[in-house]
Amino acid sequence: MELFTNQVLAGIATGAIYACMALAVVMIYQAIDHLNFAQGEMAMFSTFISWQLMQWGVPYWGAFVLTLVFAFIGGVAIERILFKPLAKAPILTNVAGFIALFSIINSSAGLIWDFTIKQYPTPFGSSPFLGSQLISTHQAGMIGVTLLLLLGLFFFFQYTRIGLAMRAAASLPESARLVGINTSWMIALGWGMASAIGAIAGMLIAPVVFLEPNMMVGVLLYGFAAAVLGGLTSPFGAVVGGFLMGIFENLAGTYIPGVGNELKLPIALALIISVLVVKPAGLFGRHVVKRV
Amino acid sequence: MSAAEEIVAEGHQAVEAVPKRAMTLGTTTSLVVLAALLIVPLFAKNFIIFQLTMLLIYGLAVLALNILTGGSGQFSLGQSAFYAVGAYITAVLMEQFNVNYALTLPVAGVICFGFGFLFGQPALRLSGVYLALATFALATAMPQLLKLNFLEHWTGGVQGLVVTKPDAPFGLPMGQDMWLYYFTLVVTLAIYILSVNLLRSRSGRAFMAIRDNEIAASSMGVNVALYKTLAFGVSAGITGVAGGLSAIAVQFVAPDSYSFTLAISLFLGMVVGGVGWLPGSFVGAAFIIFVPNIAESISKGLSGAVFGVLLFLVIYLVPHGARQVAIIGQQLIGKLKKN
Repeated sequence: MELFTNQVLAGIATGAIYACMALAVVMIYQAIDHLNFAQGEMAMFSTFISWQLMQWGVPYWGAFVLTLVFAFIGGVAIERILFKPLAKAPILTNVAGFIALFSIINSSAGLIWDFTIKQYPTPFGSSPFLGSQLISTHQAGMIGVTLLLLLGLFFFFQYTRIGLAMRAAASLPESARLVGINTSWMIALGWGMASAIGAIAGMLIAPVVFLEPNMMVGVLLYGFAAAVLGGLTSPFGAVVGGFLMGIFENLAGTYIPGVGNELKLPIALALIISVLVVKPAGLFGRHVVKRV
Repeated sequence: MSAAEEIVAEGHQAVEAVPKRAMTLGTTTSLVVLAALLIVPLFAKNFIIFQLTMLLIYGLAVLALNILTGGSGQFSLGQSAFYAVGAYITAVLMEQFNVNYALTLPVAGVICFGFGFLFGQPALRLSGVYLALATFALATAMPQLLKLNFLEHWTGGVQGLVVTKPDAPFGLPMGQDMWLYYFTLVVTLAIYILSVNLLRSRSGRAFMAIRDNEIAASSMGVNVALYKTLAFGVSAGITGVAGGLSAIAVQFVAPDSYSFTLAISLFLGMVVGGVGWLPGSFVGAAFIIFVPNIAESISKGLSGAVFGVLLFLVIYLVPHGARQVAIIGQQLIGKLKKN
């Protein structure tokens, strides 16, 4: 039983990261209807920036805040410079654009910081949490930060003018434009926020997976999977999907014989396909009725 | 505008921009290209012949994806899985069962058709990004599945299998590389011609009707489920043949050669070549084979970045890929003729 509880808690902790990534994926998906394949690389690059700042002697939380600012500006800049011209292009062209961005960021990070694995500090420490053997302080911190972030986003979208404007621009762009919302900048804002959320996920997971240019590839896959599982149109669903993914991944790795670490991802993805076959819009997604 | 609507709008535009006949090259152009493909190897070094062979093989795989996406409007990021299955079937049949290499290709094609058809069944309920994720899962799972212990007896596990390169038959005076090139060319041509005819046939029109508007197609009596799975099957079958050819050409199969990166490359090939334009598949294949090399020669450390920048240039300047270049070229020639 202790093994089970342990695995579930560890699953919730990694699930928190998947939830962050999924949230970032959903933010951009809501804004422009595309899955951002470069999301993980953007997060990785931001994490490297924070690492570099710390190497220069900036304290952890200072580096954390500066990195968020950098990630936000970077996200807005990428949208303005690279993807705004593609807004009217076919969906496949956009996917190619994301892959190109992925390739550019990955290669540049490799050139600047090389491909050796680096230690990344945790602000929470790695001792057992509150004397309990079940969960480490860093894992508890990961869950805590994710929940805070969710709460913040909830209030932002529910109770601020700009949050409302962003929701309007995402759901009905034409009508939003008619009431004076600058939808084009709302999209850029969505990119910036998604980039910052991704940076948080990157900085939280870096102590676990270590810092190197390919660190986010696996995380992004789970993030995608979580977002699709929860329903791409629902930020809440994305978060639930993230936690479910984390728990399921750990339990499958522990209890299904022959799975181990190698087959974890395929098994997790197989689960998603089965969910999608039963509920094609994901667990919390809304069904879109199409007109002929 | 939702993603689905965007595809519809895109399909509509494509239909207007390219009349049906322009799905392929004109007769003269085709003959010139064919003549070039026949003659060039006679004067080229073995390494270049090998690269041309790979170009044809990748072109075939991109063509398969093009039939699926350009034809029936379905997305796939999992083509590497079918490619891997085809390659392994050929390798295992040749090395463990001593089957003639040419006979392994139809087997690979038929088995992959079956796989694709079966995979198409659950995929039927998914569309757009959801289908992309499902096929993506297939692509990531495949290398792991090939490493499984109980298959190791045949597949060689992580080590992979070495494949012997066939000699030219009937005592023909040509090297192994050249023979393989012409063999690949014949297979490619046959499949290309069949694909063109498939897309022009009743089934092809059913594919395109589904691509342009699924609901309208079904209300006109097109069996959407059947044709969608059929498109998956045909695409997987052709990819399987390409995979089999690649096993013979590369002389080696190993699980990690068929990772998600391969699926991405094939996808990029299709976008660069122009979705729905079959000759573009080979232009796209050239892009994914040669551009990484060019990027490497420009800057070793930044090759990925250079590749990304080149890719961005392509999609900014010609968002419809090589097809758009071809159309612009045609219009220019038309204008010159008028003057």
